[in-house]
Amino acid sequence: MSILLEVDDLKISARKDDDSLLPIVKGVSFKVARGEVVALIGESGSGKTTIALSALGYTKPGLEFDGGEVRLEGEDVITMRSDHLRSLRGQRVAYLAQSAAATFNPALTIGEQVTESSVLHGILSKEQAHERAKVLYQALELPDPERLGRRYPHQVSGGQLQRLMAAMALCGKPDLLVLDEPTTALDVTTQIEVLKSFKSVIKQEGSSAIYVTHDLSVVAQIADHIVVLYAGEVQEYGTAEQIVSHPTHDYTRRLMHAVRPPPAAGQGDKTSSEHKRQAPALEVRNITAGYGRKRDGTTMVTVLRSVNVSIERGQSIGVIGESGCGKSTLARVVAGLLPPTEGEVLLDGQELNPALAQRSRNELQKVQFVFQMADTALNPKQRIDRILGRPLEFYLGLKGKEKRQRVGELLEMVELPPEFAGRYPEELSGGQKQRVNLARALAASPEVLLCDEVISALDSIVGANVIDLLRRLRQQTGVSFVFISHDLSTVASFADEIVVLYAGRVVEKGSTDRVLSPPYHPYTRLLISSVPELRVGWLEEAMQTQEAQAGIDRLVTLTEIGCPFFDRCPLAIKDTCDQEAPPIRDLGEGHLISCHRPESEFLH
Amino acid sequence: MIWRALFGRLCISVVTLFVVSVLIFIGTNLLPGDVAQILLGQMATPDSLAALQAKLGMDQAAHVRYFMWLRDVATGDLGFSKAGLGAGNATPIVQIIEPRIFNTLQLTSMVAVIAIPVALFLGLLAAMHPGTRLDRTITFSTLNLISVPDFLVATFLVLVFAVYLGWLPSIAYLRGDETGWGLIRALAMPTLTLMIIVSAQIIRMTRATVLNVMSSPYVEMAILKGVPRRRIILRHALLNAIGPIVNVIALNLAWLVGGVVIVEQIFAYPGLAKLMIDAVLVRDLPLVQACAMIFCASYVVLIFIADMASILSNPRLRYPK
Repeated sequence: MSILLEVDDLKISARKDDDSLLPIVKGVSFKVARGEVVALIGESGSGKTTIALSALGYTKPGLEFDGGEVRLEGEDVITMRSDHLRSLRGQRVAYLAQSAAATFNPALTIGEQVTESSVLHGILSKEQAHERAKVLYQALELPDPERLGRRYPHQVSGGQLQRLMAAMALCGKPDLLVLDEPTTALDVTTQIEVLKSFKSVIKQEGSSAIYVTHDLSVVAQIADHIVVLYAGEVQEYGTAEQIVSHPTHDYTRRLMHAVRPPPAAGQGDKTSSEHKRQAPALEVRNITAGYGRKRDGTTMVTVLRSVNVSIERGQSIGVIGESGCGKSTLARVVAGLLPPTEGEVLLDGQELNPALAQRSRNELQKVQFVFQMADTALNPKQRIDRILGRPLEFYLGLKGKEKRQRVGELLEMVELPPEFAGRYPEELSGGQKQRVNLARALAASPEVLLCDEVISALDSIVGANVIDLLRRLRQQTGVSFVFISHDLSTVASFADEIVVLYAGRVVEKGSTDRVLSPPYHPYTRLLISSVPELRVGWLEEAMQTQEAQAGIDRLVTLTEIGCPFFDRCPLAIKDTCDQEAPPIRDLGEGHLISCHRPESEFLH
Repeated sequence: MIWRALFGRLCISVVTLFVVSVLIFIGTNLLPGDVAQILLGQMATPDSLAALQAKLGMDQAAHVRYFMWLRDVATGDLGFSKAGLGAGNATPIVQIIEPRIFNTLQLTSMVAVIAIPVALFLGLLAAMHPGTRLDRTITFSTLNLISVPDFLVATFLVLVFAVYLGWLPSIAYLRGDETGWGLIRALAMPTLTLMIIVSAQIIRMTRATVLNVMSSPYVEMAILKGVPRRRIILRHALLNAIGPIVNVIALNLAWLVGGVVIVEQIFAYPGLAKLMIDAVLVRDLPLVQACAMIFCASYVVLIFIADMASILSNPRLRYPK
């Protein structure tokens, strides 16, 4: 195989305010052969994106090349003239970014953006380019290829946009694709479809690719070679098989360790009973809620329908489902941010006021919300002691020395050194900020903590540490957790009980062990089987399953009659599932499944 | 959806105009003294005052007078200027205002036609080369120009071009028969003054919005697709920056129609704003009301146009899901 790209002792530095250089990438070398996929793997700050972008002769603002060469077919792109560089970008080397939603220009049509590069570079005429785009839409299994190009980015779903970005990159028939975490922001069910299309399209087009990710299981499905990076240096470099099956370097082993095992029975906290009491700590009864309230009290879009959930004191409950299933809406209802149209929320047997504004200070104190993005949840202009001190003052009336002491204790609780009290959020890493975010919620001494995707934005190693912390906090404080995530593996490792939501309805709930072992609701099974496993060849096997045939990646549709999962379900019964609401089957010990099929017919 | 948005804005505009008309009416009625007193001056006896007030319709209740006025305005009849009424030769306000509106529009459009393209160009130029000497020069000088009050700019220009250089007349009084070169010479200095003030804001707004868009991921994507810089700015960035830019342009144009009092005063330019000041001095309330309504209407119309432009430039609003 001939070598397409050769990265040779690459050094990239950041220029600091005082004009000195801070090395970010410290002499990295690897090669990409024609038709080969090379994965760059590492946590955030490892320099993986910076290295990948160098293949386009580009550095992010504030960074600069500081030595070494990046040779594309023998020609160094770092020293290339800017007009040559421009004709190389999008034509010979194409880039796919992490968030398609942000990478598509909202003001231009999809078709214009997909074809722009090849038309500008004069490879294809406008008509040819649109024809080629249609072929790609088809290859990527996108709906309605004829008219897709005339639509705007906000008119298609996230998974489709991600695939459209692949079409945008492939339109100019590039030799090399640079894929930067292209599936990280997606649901597992969407990820598996997108991965599959990427893989087959790369093969069809005969392109080479650099695949940047922090997720080893994803890499195992798609890469030929793997480069493991840490702090801008190569830790290990070898074939995918070799690195996944026989890692030699310590850091690679740590990465492997942080990969959460596929969700299965036997994980979770079992039923932790240290803090148990008579009444459940939190009870959500028959909640129906939605957005766009109409005059008659109903809503334009009803997201949650008759949801029942209860949590014992000191327990943690995991709420799982794809985006759009109503997970966050449920948290908003409990927090009082969205008053439900029907049903009630009880805390320690007492009904909570549905609207936040009417809740007493005492009620507010007991339910605290931990938001997904610590970056935006923490005020960047306030020091940590002020962020933590405010709830202490407001709810507990602490002042002066007492307050300072409590801030210290809170920091200790989330395993941060006491001197962090004087720092600003921007001086902290992503994981540290999420810890402060947690400490802020704990400062109120709440009874229920609502955690909305709190580790979804964190790297696997950092995320695993935060989960350990949560587990310890639950034992120490007896706080009940509502843990919302789209990642089943995370939920499985932490929750006592799991609630599976689909299109705003509870389709299955029960203890973690019961939910994650057969019999499954068909949707639960789809979720479990979509989590990538850390072995080569898993993707191909997964695509052969019954669920894959029925259609893994579909938009979740909110239906009023029948079972909403009807159109994706391999076990759907025509004229029954789409017409009648499914009965709730009690399989004992609080394990409930909502399905028309009897227990004996559930998938195993 | 888009028609609903349009209709909604239209309703808001009408309501705004209505509310403003009430405020103007109340405001002008609060002014001390009335036109009858001024007209009669020292000859005012209680009897003659009452007679003149009755003749002018000023003895009616306030709300009756308001609705009579509103009805007239709605039918395009702005009433009669009260000054000169006592002497028997009443002038319809429309006749007084018409040439002034023409003058004001003439000045405004001259400023707009030159200032908007120049400002957009300079703003984009600064945004294309952020941090360079060019950018710093543009930002620094516009900041200075915003901070200097308009009368100072005007006085300074008069000093340079009229007094020292003697190229241009120091006042811009129009007799009404100027054409071509003479008109341009007369308008040159007020235009220049207003241009400096108006474009400084547009330049800064354009630069800020375009720079903001330039740091977005989709612009980085365009760079990585090998799109030339000029096309990135004109096609990718500008299209997303239209909303704020159009709004600042509309606000500035509306300000030009009504807020140029000082500039008109300095150059003795016979525009609408100067007319209003004169009307206030002689307590010619119908004329004040008419001018105020015109200023307000021009604000409302321009802001309405700006809103429409930003809605139309946003596909999310044009094509809802």
